[in-house]
Amino acid sequence: MSAAILIVAEHDGSRLNVSTAKCVSCARALQGAEIAIAVCAADASQVASQAAELAGVARVLTVENPANAHALAAVLAPQIVALAGPFAVVLGPSTTFGKDLMARIAGLLGAPQVSDIMAIESPTRFRRPVYAGNAILTVESAGAAKVVGTVRMASFEAAGGGGAAPIEKAAVSVELPNHTRFITVSAAKSDRPDLQTAARVISGGRALGSADGFKILYSLADKLGAAVGASRAAVDAGYAPNEMQVGQTGKIIAPELYVAVGISGAIQHLTGIKDARTIVAINKDGEAPIFEVADFGLVGDLFQIIPEIEKLVG
Amino acid sequence: MKRILVGIKRVVDFNVRIRVKPDGSGVATDGVKMSINPFDEIALEEALRIRERGGAEEVIVATVGPADCQQQLRSALAMGADRALHVQADGLIEPLVVARALLKLVEREQPFLVILGKQAIDDDNGQTGQVLAALWNRPQATYASKVELTGDKARVTREVDAGLETLEVDLPAVLTTDLRLNEPRYVKLPDIMKAKKKPLETLTLAGLGVEQRQQLKLVRFEPPPQRQKGVRVKDAAELVEQLKKKGLL
Repeated sequence: MSAAILIVAEHDGSRLNVSTAKCVSCARALQGAEIAIAVCAADASQVASQAAELAGVARVLTVENPANAHALAAVLAPQIVALAGPFAVVLGPSTTFGKDLMARIAGLLGAPQVSDIMAIESPTRFRRPVYAGNAILTVESAGAAKVVGTVRMASFEAAGGGGAAPIEKAAVSVELPNHTRFITVSAAKSDRPDLQTAARVISGGRALGSADGFKILYSLADKLGAAVGASRAAVDAGYAPNEMQVGQTGKIIAPELYVAVGISGAIQHLTGIKDARTIVAINKDGEAPIFEVADFGLVGDLFQIIPEIEKLVG
Repeated sequence: MKRILVGIKRVVDFNVRIRVKPDGSGVATDGVKMSINPFDEIALEEALRIRERGGAEEVIVATVGPADCQQQLRSALAMGADRALHVQADGLIEPLVVARALLKLVEREQPFLVILGKQAIDDDNGQTGQVLAALWNRPQATYASKVELTGDKARVTREVDAGLETLEVDLPAVLTTDLRLNEPRYVKLPDIMKAKKKPLETLTLAGLGVEQRQQLKLVRFEPPPQRQKGVRVKDAAELVEQLKKKGLL
């Protein structure tokens, strides 16, 4: 069954986020899907050409407006709604950008939203996790004209390149609100790989004891080219910033290798890592639930083990 | 009167390990502990703190759901909400229906702020706040970790994937809460007694003029695939050796 699918691009004004390529993979799972990407930006040229290169994309629609300099859901939503007419499915990534925006679009459309799509079985039938991933739910839209969805990042590989889709400027004339203003974003500058796309991730829990304690993880991560994550407990305690949180309400990741250090393994944390290819748990408590999901478990003092590993791989 | 409206949801307690029913029709909830959705407790706590600082005069707590939800409304009153609104509805209630019902309550109560949790920990939809903001045509500031009110504006720090983002929104607005906005208070016994006397009004979706439409059919619930239990290694050297063997290091 063929379906027209619109994907809302996530970007920072110059670089297309890999989350968009994952949405394309989700959409391509539908045979014959006709995929368009919408790029809303102040100047869309750079991002649009990156979107046009993604394999499987039929066209790229650009909406240029100075108001799009920062991604504000209240500003973007009416513009996407203006483009959405011909599309049966409107997708965005299940990142904070997409989760914030797509539900506002669904609200304006009066359409149902399927959050965290892990599989798309038809233009109206989807699978998604509920209860922190402890159940998988199949949902089917019952006659709605459109379905809005957010795509679970850990469930899809990024689509490849090599495409050359035409780029069209879309004429969108809707009134945009000015009740919401961007002030600032404080992103810690880091040379480490991005947590959501890294092949290797090392995460620390409360057992690290302090922000200083995390240094042994950063040091090992840099040796391995790994990203560093944290449990909710470690973030709550102030040992690591919020953007490092892995779990139900933080980031849901699927690295090749996940090393959980001093993390007991609450179900809310496990839901964030269950798609990891290999899980390693290092914990002094041999009864910790993290060992139930770990491929390799090592019971012991992390402050001895981590420097040892670093020496062995160095 | 300066009012804050807080939406709450009755959910399976976050400590419960849920089980999918063998027939795939849902998850077993008989005899399972139910609580206020944790993010909604944070929403209520924030509203109470704003009121205690003199930034609001009344905190109204509302929910949409079956009769049992009144337990959670009473808990919210015990935490310190001034009064409660229960929109009675049975069966599956989708975010769009909840948002439409909340919009009716907004029109009636005229709050300057609506605070909701960023997601419910049962269906993990994470939609209601944004949908309400869309229907109301007002600003939304989701995933809030800090809220500062000044006059007719709010400055909200949001937990986003990149770090922390700050937005300024005109009021009225919808906020949704993230984990680190605050730590909700414990309820004391005298407050539970007092809460019994606080007003709790029951309404219906039909009475509010909201149709209980279901746009998504729940076809089937399944347990997630289980990971194979792994092996214990004795020390760092064996761990590194195993990972190298698998090509992971």
